[in-house]
Amino acid sequence: MKVIIGLIILWPLAGFLFNGLGRNFWSKKIIAYKATGYIVASFILSVFAFMNVQEYGAVTVHYFDFINTATLKIPIDFKVDALSSLFLLVITGVGSLIHLYSTAYMKEETAPHYARYFAYLNLFIFSMLLLVLGDNFVVMFMGWEGVGLCSYLLIGYWFTNGNYNAAAIKAFVMNRIGDLGFLLAIFWMVVKLGTVSYGDVFTEASLTKLSSADITAITLLLFVGAMGKSAQIPLYTWLPDAMAGPTPVSALIHAATMVTAGIYMITRSNILFSHSECTQTVIAIIGISTALLAATIAIKQNDIKKVLAYSTVSQLGYMFLGLGVGAYTGAVFHVITHAFFKALLFLGAGSVIHAMHHEQDIQKMGGLKSKLPITHLTFLIGCIAIAGIPPFSGFFSKDEILTAAYEKNPIYFYLGMVGAGMTAFYMFRLYATTFLGKFRGTDDQAHHLHESPIAMTIPLILLAIASAIAGVIGVPEIMGGHHWLGAHLTTIVGATHESVLSHAQEWMLMGISVSIAVIAVIIAIVIYRKKADGEPTSGWGKVLFNKWYVDELYEAVIVRPLDKLAAFLKNTIEKNVIDGAVNGTGKMVQYGARQIRLMQSGQVGYYILFMVLSIILLFVLWFNDATILRFFYKLTH
Amino acid sequence: MLLSIILIPFITALLLLFIKDAKKSNTIALVSSAASLAISIWVAMKGAPDFNQAWIAALNSRVFLHADGLAKILVLLTTISFPAILLATGSNTLAQKNIFISLLLLTQAGLLGVFLAGDALLFYFFWELALIPVYFLCSIWGGEKRIAITFKFFIYTFLGSLMMLAGIIFLYTHSTEPNFLIQNFAHATLTPAQQTTAFVLFFIAFAIKMPIFPLHTWQPDAYEQSPTAVTMVMSAVMVKMGLYGVIRWLLPLFPVAAKSAAVIVVDLSVIGVLYASFIAIKQDDIKRLIAYSSIAHIGLMNAALFAHQVIGVQGVLIQLFSHGINVLGLWMVADIIEQQTGTRSMMAMGGLAKKQPTLAILLVAFAFANIALPLTNAFVGEFLIFNGLFQFNPWVAAFAGVSVILSAIYTLNMVQKVAYGEVSEATQKINFINKGAQWALIILLVIVFASGVYPQPLFDLTADTLQQMFVK
Repeated sequence: MKVIIGLIILWPLAGFLFNGLGRNFWSKKIIAYKATGYIVASFILSVFAFMNVQEYGAVTVHYFDFINTATLKIPIDFKVDALSSLFLLVITGVGSLIHLYSTAYMKEETAPHYARYFAYLNLFIFSMLLLVLGDNFVVMFMGWEGVGLCSYLLIGYWFTNGNYNAAAIKAFVMNRIGDLGFLLAIFWMVVKLGTVSYGDVFTEASLTKLSSADITAITLLLFVGAMGKSAQIPLYTWLPDAMAGPTPVSALIHAATMVTAGIYMITRSNILFSHSECTQTVIAIIGISTALLAATIAIKQNDIKKVLAYSTVSQLGYMFLGLGVGAYTGAVFHVITHAFFKALLFLGAGSVIHAMHHEQDIQKMGGLKSKLPITHLTFLIGCIAIAGIPPFSGFFSKDEILTAAYEKNPIYFYLGMVGAGMTAFYMFRLYATTFLGKFRGTDDQAHHLHESPIAMTIPLILLAIASAIAGVIGVPEIMGGHHWLGAHLTTIVGATHESVLSHAQEWMLMGISVSIAVIAVIIAIVIYRKKADGEPTSGWGKVLFNKWYVDELYEAVIVRPLDKLAAFLKNTIEKNVIDGAVNGTGKMVQYGARQIRLMQSGQVGYYILFMVLSIILLFVLWFNDATILRFFYKLTH
Repeated sequence: MLLSIILIPFITALLLLFIKDAKKSNTIALVSSAASLAISIWVAMKGAPDFNQAWIAALNSRVFLHADGLAKILVLLTTISFPAILLATGSNTLAQKNIFISLLLLTQAGLLGVFLAGDALLFYFFWELALIPVYFLCSIWGGEKRIAITFKFFIYTFLGSLMMLAGIIFLYTHSTEPNFLIQNFAHATLTPAQQTTAFVLFFIAFAIKMPIFPLHTWQPDAYEQSPTAVTMVMSAVMVKMGLYGVIRWLLPLFPVAAKSAAVIVVDLSVIGVLYASFIAIKQDDIKRLIAYSSIAHIGLMNAALFAHQVIGVQGVLIQLFSHGINVLGLWMVADIIEQQTGTRSMMAMGGLAKKQPTLAILLVAFAFANIALPLTNAFVGEFLIFNGLFQFNPWVAAFAGVSVILSAIYTLNMVQKVAYGEVSEATQKINFINKGAQWALIILLVIVFASGVYPQPLFDLTADTLQQMFVK
């Protein structure tokens, strides 16, 4: 197992090195085969590891000690258990498909850049695997910052564009704000427990060493980390900007995998989080608020990727709501289904953008249904799945979260319903505007409209199938299912608790949610079947179109004041106050020297006399005890 | 063995005065520094016996050289830095290059002596030996404002040196035995007031050297105006003299004073960290940006030393080395750019990734090492340093932690301005990267990742120093 687990993570690293170092040597064909092949190899081994866990239970393997000192020991240990094995499958599985898709999507790049792209993508998979495989918080943090690096590199992949670079920096810096929280949580654990290994932290013995204030602080700080990585209020504004990266990157990193790292982290530490009511409430409130805020913004966006980006933020909000109300299984379930349908939607969007020659504005699309049949059909499946219409996968996972939310507090449920309605609405607005009605682009674009090549449609088809049927892993009991996922995760989050709701209540909640979704879908199709939204010029539409002006708010309240502070420190404090004082002292000495110069007579004897006198004076002033006498005494003895 | 580490650069320096040919003198210096490196690797791995010989008999001062973990890691840093610097800047043309290199090697000898000296007067001798050549290097080969800047630098550091000398004499007069062995000074019986006096004398000397806010204003100027090879020596190795002094002198010799000053010094250092980071954000001159970034990093190390937690000091011992490697890498990239474009203004740069992808990749790699990304060397040290600060006071750690965010801002802004965007007029002039610099950068990068992934050898190397400091 040690070798297999090692290889799962080393294959992508090998791919990174191969393409990164050989970017000027290999042909595009070799680059594509290698990069994709390494990830597929990882996937196959992951399947094996997954089955092994099913059969024999969790495995922990030790490689070497990263830090081993008297005070702290941090080993490089990997753990494959029920939770990480699931993530392994999602990361390498969806990762493989997106690599395959990229081979065609990035075809226009020259070989060195093509290699650079795949090197980054491989490095991302490596970091993501490190994140989920690590058996302690420091290894998780290594992967955590590693995926941040790759995200930065890929958002800014087209580096000659200044705006893209700005988006990349924004993503990294906002993530770093979260990372500081994560780091402080780690320090807290080190101080209180002397260890960061899961096996040592998540024990009764450790929990008794922590006061409830400790637990609340640690979990809140961890959650700050999750806010950054998983784009929650207030650290979400980087994710929509991150759409500057190539579309497959948005699918893989900014939808399916990296942004779910926060959910992974909290699920992994669920024992801690369950011990802090306060943190859980905060998570639930932030989660549902993010879900709603992002959904409102998505309603008015006209950039196909921006809609999907806000949708991702919103769906992540749902997952955090699930975590906040203790529905860890539901959250992980939604991570999995979301990985399928959101990767599908992004890749579908990529296919559309590819066909439209880099046009992303849905106002200029329309009627693509007949020109891109496969893209259309698969995209539709993705939309149905995310809208929460049974029997597609999104229904089951979202329903599980919302049911748990209802048990905790019905208000969460009702708010969640509002969000679900908006989700169905904006997704079908996107669908209808893009695929239905008449084509609104240029004649030139119309002439070149084409279905994407097979390397792009195969991932679409496979992801569509997964989006449609993935719900089977968590069919609830009242529908006659066994909820395989719940049973699977028992070792991680404990046994699925018995629902306090009656079957009638559960059916009713489901009924409400499905009917809201269906109504929203119908409304959206009716409105947008023939025409697109223009740019709103007033009222709420304008506010939503401008994303509630949150970016502007941050700019005015945080960025600009800090920039002014920096300028003030540099131009006033540093230059005038501190250096001014130093130079002033220097000038005074010079002035004094000019006066003393009058004493210069040119006779060496005087100089020596002055020197000796000053040294003696110095000593007398400084050491008013018998220092000097003792000095000479010692010299002579 | 230990003596030869110092003598090799010293003798080579004298030899070079007679070799007029620039190329030849560079080669000789490279061979000499490679030899020092080989010996110091040997010493780091196998250890070396102390060297002990009478020196100034009248004062009972001795040539006493001793290599513990702290000395070893700094000697290693010095002996790695010099060949790398010579390799990277070997092709830069300078007037009277043999004298330039000779002075550089003299500095190397002084630095190595500082780290190895176990005798206070010898320490002081080497301290000056390391500094004085630098004054000449800056004032002769520096930029257009060199005279004023060097003067300031000289006055500042000389003031510090004098204070230290006074401190050494003060300690000598109070020590129980009539000699200058540093370890004996620890037995000196000082009243708290006397300890404070001595502490202040040494602290000012070291604080100027590091430098600690607000005594730092000589440094960005000096870095900016010095020839890059000298800047590299100063920021990679020379600033470590100050931190070394704290570990070797202040903490063990004046424990009471150090403890009572801890809160003030830690706070001041942390304020300096944020202060320097903020100023770095607003720099346009790439050398000044690196200078302020370096001030921030050094301040963090100093804070962790005075916080005096085992874990944090352990981090500093590693970070002493890692910071040197990383900042060297950044200077080298900056130097290549400046040599070929003739500018240090980042506004004029851009598009390096398009024009010279390899150089851009190296820049990005060192940039991320500079912001302590995990699996680079700096993460290990800074992670432990922050842990130490957190144990000292969680709020201090949180406050200092803001620098983690700020460093990302200024470093990535630098990368964006230099490497990304369309190729600028200045960048257009970068037509080649000299092989020496490229290899030096690649070697440093290997060290960055090797010690970032598997830092254990560095821990083992410095374990004895840590034990001495904390096991009483």
